[in-house]
Amino acid sequence: MEKTMAGTAIRVTEEGYLEDFNQWSAEVGAEIAAEEGITMTDEHWKVIDYIQDQYKNEVPLTIRKVGKSGVIDIKGFYALFPGGPLKKASRISGIPKPVSCI
Amino acid sequence: MELLQPVKEEKTKKEAKINKVMIIVSKATLENVYASFILANGARMEGIESELFFTFFGLEAITKSKLEHLHVATVGNPAMHIPTMLGGLPGMEAFATTMMKKEMEKLDIPPVDEFLEILSASGVKMWACKLAMDMFHLEEKDLIDDLEGVLTVGDFYNRAHGEGTHLMFI
Repeated sequence: MEKTMAGTAIRVTEEGYLEDFNQWSAEVGAEIAAEEGITMTDEHWKVIDYIQDQYKNEVPLTIRKVGKSGVIDIKGFYALFPGGPLKKASRISGIPKPVSCI
Repeated sequence: MELLQPVKEEKTKKEAKINKVMIIVSKATLENVYASFILANGARMEGIESELFFTFFGLEAITKSKLEHLHVATVGNPAMHIPTMLGGLPGMEAFATTMMKKEMEKLDIPPVDEFLEILSASGVKMWACKLAMDMFHLEEKDLIDDLEGVLTVGDFYNRAHGEGTHLMFI
């Protein structure tokens, strides 16, 4: 389905994940974050940068990896993206829904 | 003759959401401990509250001197696909455990000590069962520092009042 975000039509899945990472922009990310009730700060963007890097390098994400990234620890990750950090951060990052169980 | 119309399911029921899972860990075999840890962690990843209650042999998973030495059960487990007599030979448990740990590392599943730290950092509350501690002569200092506290069964149930709370026994 299509959704207008940051003034452009963006293709998203039913759960609101971007279908095409190339359609992502920081404005789109911020709008998704707002939907999740998150106001983006520098701290948030650092995590998003890291997640997008991992995605570009085709590394599957886990909470453990984020915790070891040096960008943020697990407690901080949960504090920045409350209620499902890996899913929310992935959605804001414009990457597909994570398939990891850990 | 009139054809019967398919009965449409009425949507009268409110969508039952899971708000909290409370998992009772009663065994210390590696496979059971991991099952409960992954369920507890997976709940937090979905924004669901989760708590672990360690009782009986499950206490070994949070006993400082024991938690790094948990083993896979090789006897009485048909899914191991080795004869039970062989599974009982010295060293078999250790061997099967090493093999399993190798596979888990490939999937980025952390070892028990690190997993406990992740659970705590993720907001999973971990409790020890008072009666089982008395039975095994354990004191709080023997258990991990991240432990929330020691509970009776009654205390544990009292934490399960909220709507959408589910209890699991592993």
